[in-house]
Amino acid sequence: MNLPDIIKFVIDLLAVLLLALGIKGLSKVRSAREANILAAFAMLLSVIGLLAYYLGTSGISNQSWAWIIIGSLVGSLLGTLLAKKVPMTSMPETVALFNGFGGMSSLLVAIGAFLFPFNEGSKAASIEPFINDVSISVSIFVGAITFSGSIVAMAKLQGWLSTPGWTQVKARHFVNIVFGVTSLLAFIYLISGNISSVWLLVIASTLLGIGVSLPIGGADMPVVISLLNSYSGIAAAAAGFVVDSQLLIVAGAMVGAAGLILTQVMCKGMNRSLVSVLFGGSLSSQSTTSSGSGEYTNITSCSVEECALTLEAANRVIVVPGYGLAVAQAQHTLREVTKKLEQNGIEVVYAIHPVAGRMPGHMNVLLAEADVPYEQLKEMDVVNPDFPATDVVLVLGANDVVNPQAKNDSSSPLYGMPVLDVQEARTVFVIKRGMSAGYSGIKNDLFDLPNTSMVFGDAKKVLNDLIGELKDLGVGEK
Amino acid sequence: MNFDSLLWVLLLGSLLGLELIGKVPPTLHTPLMSGANAISGITMLAALTAIIKAEPNSPLLIIGSISLGFALFNVVGGFFVTDRMLAMFSRKPSPKNK
Repeated sequence: MNLPDIIKFVIDLLAVLLLALGIKGLSKVRSAREANILAAFAMLLSVIGLLAYYLGTSGISNQSWAWIIIGSLVGSLLGTLLAKKVPMTSMPETVALFNGFGGMSSLLVAIGAFLFPFNEGSKAASIEPFINDVSISVSIFVGAITFSGSIVAMAKLQGWLSTPGWTQVKARHFVNIVFGVTSLLAFIYLISGNISSVWLLVIASTLLGIGVSLPIGGADMPVVISLLNSYSGIAAAAAGFVVDSQLLIVAGAMVGAAGLILTQVMCKGMNRSLVSVLFGGSLSSQSTTSSGSGEYTNITSCSVEECALTLEAANRVIVVPGYGLAVAQAQHTLREVTKKLEQNGIEVVYAIHPVAGRMPGHMNVLLAEADVPYEQLKEMDVVNPDFPATDVVLVLGANDVVNPQAKNDSSSPLYGMPVLDVQEARTVFVIKRGMSAGYSGIKNDLFDLPNTSMVFGDAKKVLNDLIGELKDLGVGEK
Repeated sequence: MNFDSLLWVLLLGSLLGLELIGKVPPTLHTPLMSGANAISGITMLAALTAIIKAEPNSPLLIIGSISLGFALFNVVGGFFVTDRMLAMFSRKPSPKNK
């Protein structure tokens, strides 16, 4: 080993160490922000290490510099712009888009390495051509799936794409198997020296990514994004084999493995197995024919005024926020309501279902945006025993996660999903636009219970009215 | 590096990844996913290598540059958006966290 090799080795080791510490720190609330910055710094360090190495050895041509600068500037600028502008409610689709672009990067670099081999004559020549081709193929395959799958996921979450009925037919498995087998054949052709089959591999794996993610319902999308995130790590690791970089392999493998764990955690929260998410199709389309239909028989609706009166008399209030709340951009108005209640000595906590929002942890971010103190957010397991001792529950834009069917009705598609036991409370107010079903498309038995009252209207408007009513009652004005 | 040592690197890296995320509070699921996603943009190193090693005037320069752009979009955007989310949590520092 000569000097540049040693320096690069040390920098790479340091970068890996910092990246590992970064991922570790990201899983603790106290250290998360610093950990994110640490990881970003580690990435910067790895780039500096790489550039310094080539400057010290083969040199970097002016032409190369020009293309490096163009690519970096355009990518970083657009990425920064999106990151700063995007609303917090759109976080899941943003992560999906970023992830898709990461996949695209691995795909492109692998195609480039295949069409214009650049490894000859370097130390990477120690890697046999066969292994080089295999790494390139894996990188193309995983990169293309990550890209097309993530873009489909993003489009669905944005509402640009629905789940077409024809995607639910059993034949889709056959179609996907055809794509899979085609990819495999292209892969075999490719490593046996048939250069043009690289395009077949690109097309077949792109179609496979679309074919797998298109039938999956919107509610399951976070799991898909998390899984695809794991894939993009694998794609990066495969690219690491192509350019003979241990740093890339370690970092890619770390992200790949961590992504798998996170996927598993999310599946558990939604009571879905990964297999049923990937191959079970959309939940709503199954349930329309089985159970879940049926009419509501005992709906009580009430005015905002009654709701305010009940709230004023309460000692303990639990708020159950859902994605609908965030869509209505009502989390700030909600915070005003709860502030008033707190000023009157009423205890307020927020019950957060593991999949509240569109993605695990999404609701926490949205409430933090509205300045809700972190300590007031209670996880489902912590808050569930408290419902019997609670006077009022406010359900805002949440539906399936408060459906008692999940506990009582073994024929329900929701059966077994962990839910918040809101019906145990003395009074439940459900603030809702109308009687439409939730994401799963299943009737909510909660609405029929005698202690449940519906307050119909847009969440933001109802909450604004509620502030007015509470003011009239003298709540929160000391 | 020969192939089997690279495989060892892959194996140990995966084990490290499995070990790093044991218990994650639900609050951090979204930021963690977004942060890990930013790290997966490490393919930018591959793109850089490709550009540096490309022959003069080779199309590889352009392919590498586009690849680098996509990767940096992922990395820079990913870290910024993660920071935006985490900044909201730390705005009101709580005295005790679980």
